Amino acid sequence: MTPILETQELCYTYGVETPFEKKAVQNVSIKIEQGDFIGVIGHTGSGKSTLIQMLNGLIRPTSGKVLLAGKDIWEEPKKIRAVRFRVGMVFQYPEDQLFEETVLKDIQFGPRNMKLTENEIEQRARDAAKFVGLPDELLDKSPFELSGGEKRRVAIAGVIAMDPDVLILDEPTAGLDPAGRDVLLSEIVSYHKIRGNTVLLVSHSMEDVARVADRVLVMNASHMQMFDHTAEVFAHDKELESIGLQVPQVTKIMAELKSRGYPVETCLTVEQAVAQLLPLIKKGGDRV
Amino acid sequence: MTRDIALGQYFPGKSPVHRLDPRVKLVLTIAFIVYIFVANNFWGLGFLALVTLGIMVVSSVPVKMYFKSMKGILFIVLFTSVLNLFYGSGKVLVQIGFMQITDDGIRNAIFIAVRIVCLILFSSILTFTTSPTELTDAMERLMSPLKVLHVKVHEISMMMTIALRFVPTLLEETDKIMAAQKARGADMESGGLMQRIKSLIPVLIPLFVSSFRRAYELAMAMECRCYHGGEGRTKMKVLHMEAMDYAVLVFGGAVLVVILLLNHFVPAVI
Repeated sequence: MTPILETQELCYTYGVETPFEKKAVQNVSIKIEQGDFIGVIGHTGSGKSTLIQMLNGLIRPTSGKVLLAGKDIWEEPKKIRAVRFRVGMVFQYPEDQLFEETVLKDIQFGPRNMKLTENEIEQRARDAAKFVGLPDELLDKSPFELSGGEKRRVAIAGVIAMDPDVLILDEPTAGLDPAGRDVLLSEIVSYHKIRGNTVLLVSHSMEDVARVADRVLVMNASHMQMFDHTAEVFAHDKELESIGLQVPQVTKIMAELKSRGYPVETCLTVEQAVAQLLPLIKKGGDRV
Repeated sequence: MTRDIALGQYFPGKSPVHRLDPRVKLVLTIAFIVYIFVANNFWGLGFLALVTLGIMVVSSVPVKMYFKSMKGILFIVLFTSVLNLFYGSGKVLVQIGFMQITDDGIRNAIFIAVRIVCLILFSSILTFTTSPTELTDAMERLMSPLKVLHVKVHEISMMMTIALRFVPTLLEETDKIMAAQKARGADMESGGLMQRIKSLIPVLIPLFVSSFRRAYELAMAMECRCYHGGEGRTKMKVLHMEAMDYAVLVFGGAVLVVILLLNHFVPAVI
């Protein structure tokens, strides 16, 4: 099957031919299959943001190609908007983009730009609001009256309402309280499960990525460092640490136990670790 | 897109021009702009161009930067000189319909072009070598006599400092919001004038909202540090006139004398 998103030797350089020339992304070639949930991690300035903005045609690669369902998105530059509807993008602190009089109208902005029928626009906006857990009574309020977490939800709903094949979220949980983060993350996961579309989640939280992602893309100094199944990637704890990234604490503990000879496997979540450790403790925990 | 603005950008350095007292630089820049219009012949203007080039070399700002600052106003230079081409009397060289190009016209066109280029280059030297803070500080000091007339000099210069400080921040913010709205399918590149103005609303409203938020936060931060205006406020960097600064002022005076002499002895172009 053709991958939903594919990049070939993707490169981007800021300020070409100026003293401020900077290579932000170099030779990234990845294949993302339909239905994947991908975590994107990397140090600040590693090129994550530039990379994801190329995936929905917000910036045009200096060289290389982005293929959406096998078709080069820049084949017809005039139709780039159609690509942006299919690859939805939620920026960091997306609440800064709200502008309409009511929450509902703001969520409708995307679908309206798609020139759908009025019924469909309404339907999609309400569905999207439900997905992110916005109660109906908020929909007629001004987005500026809402709390930070609610605004964030409205902004994410605004992108989900376009029903994109690929949803890219750049640090969707940044600046939220722990409870808000967990709720939002599980909403994204359930959205992914129900719609069966592809999700890319950029995050600084290794715990979050480990918990939800099937595969992880690691960016380092404008290059792609790794792109593999989550467990594989987090098994390379030394390599990740050398590029300034952490593995989840629980993964680290389990790796340490393993290196000391206990019969345990790489773990990504606390639940997995508990499942492995409890029988060991009951047995008395002999080293192998 | 919004990042390629070279005009009015500070270019840090340690050249003699950078180290000059900003007040001297400000006064001399204003003086030179006047000189450029006082000079009425090619000798005088050529002399000023030479002085400008000399200062550009001393400023050790890459020539590329100066070229970049020229790029934006190239159109104005071309437009005014082409317009001037068709003015003027004298020997007719080319006749296009009712319009004619005369040798006077050509001379005028070149003269005006050199004038504008000198003007831009000289003000670029000021902004490239003086940080916005220094510049507003200099303005505050130069305007301080106006305090007698109850002009709020400190407040004005503080407002200018803040405004300048937030230009890059706002540009960045605009870029970000535009990208976010484009990602939701906002169409900002096509359509007629009305359509385009309408398409700016999704960018302008968030921009206003965030500007107000920033202003509020800044005011709060200033209050927290007990800021209460210029009364009794001391400076961390007090401006001092050094020997070099006086020398430069004298040099500025000398240039004027040369221009006036040249005006007197050489026939005027304009």
